[in-house]
Amino acid sequence: MLEPASLYLRLVRARLRGQLQYRTSFALDIIGTFVISFLDFAVILVIFSNVPRLGTWSVSEVALLYGIACLAFALTDLAVGHLDLFPQTIRDGTFDLILVRPRPTLFMVLTADFQVRRLGRIAHAVVVLAYALSILGITWSADRLLVLLGAIVTGVLIFVAIWVTFICIAFWTVEGREVANAFTYGGVTLAQYPIDIYERWMRTFFAYVVPVAFVAYYPALYILDKPDPLGLPAWASFISPLVAAAAALAAGTVWTWAVRHYRSAGG
Amino acid sequence: MLRSLRLDLEFAKRGYRRYEVYPAATLAGVFVNTVFGFLRAYVLLALYAHREVVGGYDAAAAVTYTWLTQALIMTVFIWGWREFSLRIRTGDIATDLVRPVHPVRAGLTFDLGRSAYHLLFRGIPPFLIGAAVFPIILPATALVWLAFAASVVLAVTVSFAIRWLSNAAAFWLMDDRGVAIIVGTATSLFSGFLIPLSFFPEQLAAIAYLTPFPAIIQIPVDIFVGRVTGPDLVIALATQLGWAVALLMAARGVFTLGVRRLVVQGG
Repeated sequence: MLEPASLYLRLVRARLRGQLQYRTSFALDIIGTFVISFLDFAVILVIFSNVPRLGTWSVSEVALLYGIACLAFALTDLAVGHLDLFPQTIRDGTFDLILVRPRPTLFMVLTADFQVRRLGRIAHAVVVLAYALSILGITWSADRLLVLLGAIVTGVLIFVAIWVTFICIAFWTVEGREVANAFTYGGVTLAQYPIDIYERWMRTFFAYVVPVAFVAYYPALYILDKPDPLGLPAWASFISPLVAAAAALAAGTVWTWAVRHYRSAGG
Repeated sequence: MLRSLRLDLEFAKRGYRRYEVYPAATLAGVFVNTVFGFLRAYVLLALYAHREVVGGYDAAAAVTYTWLTQALIMTVFIWGWREFSLRIRTGDIATDLVRPVHPVRAGLTFDLGRSAYHLLFRGIPPFLIGAAVFPIILPATALVWLAFAASVVLAVTVSFAIRWLSNAAAFWLMDDRGVAIIVGTATSLFSGFLIPLSFFPEQLAAIAYLTPFPAIIQIPVDIFVGRVTGPDLVIALATQLGWAVALLMAARGVFTLGVRRLVVQGG
């Protein structure tokens, strides 16, 4: 159990050392991502300069959703964002190399890179989350804090599961980045807003089947002590970890199944 | 004169064909644009829960805006065009310099051909899907359709000139990503792509209208949904034309200056 963890840390340290070789370029990348990340939040601010509420949600409440979803997604992007480039390894056949290595394929692929420049996005998420928490005036208790921290961890798990599941398309089509992006980037976009604004068919698929609703929406309802406009009982806020575990299991199953369909390019 | 026009047409055909050969990529792109179309449409519609009109748009105009912007993303190529800067970096630009056509002219005609493909196959399909699900406004008269068509051509031209100018930074900088990020951010926000400019606070909208960016998205959209009519329509098209001419001249000027500094290694 400990062995993969320490191996992972060693790999991350190695990637870090590599990326820190070009200091200026590295710093510019982080600042650039930080600036660009604010565009999505700017949209929310513009929306709320026109209306006081979106459904039953105020600007600070939406900022909380946004902060949680963005932080979970930014951490995911930092750790496994390189999955976007995975179809390339299928196309040129370098997946062969992964198959012969003495660790599980999914472990090898997930640890193939660690993109520190994504820190800009994390910084943005932290700023918005801190802003939301500072103006919301929440009375903090142990359970609320636990739900908040739990939301970040389960959010990362859910996003990783979504990324892995949909990038598997590459095993059949040799492409797949765009379609996966519709669910990863699309997923975080959906999670940034209260999901009760979406039509039912979209919610059913995009918030419950692809379980993005459990990243920010249900945890936020609990933290804000807000009844669910969609009518799910309060315990829904607590099942996020279960949902994340189920999503991870599903992703693992899809991956194993997909790897069996791998045909080498003969590289 | 006629010969050079034939040459222009030939470049445009090449631009069209370059993208025509990847139908799978087109299909994936349509899927992503459609998913984001739904996400954005529902967010905007949520503003109309308690209001009839926001920023001069009623609900139908707002969803039309959403699907039209989704259709225009690739047509005007908002993000990630780095062809010219890569040619400067790799030295391929040396071949452009010995050709009998000015690179700005060749680049523009090629890009117009590309945009025709993207409008037909990346633009119209998501728009039709949106139109099937939401109540969408269509121009009532042939004149408006014609004005819209002219406006899109001018939008592509303005966008091309801005992309070219931003890429030209590679003449002076080793790494032009910083400039690309700044220009990309400004384009996303001030073109009215993320959210209509009339939703902005007044001063910010006024600043946006001093820039060429609204000519890329906001002006064609406002013509399409019928917010700009009569003499305003002429002014809108003239504004686009003015920016197109000014920016293309700037692109030529910057190119001349850049070439003076250019050093191509090897050969």
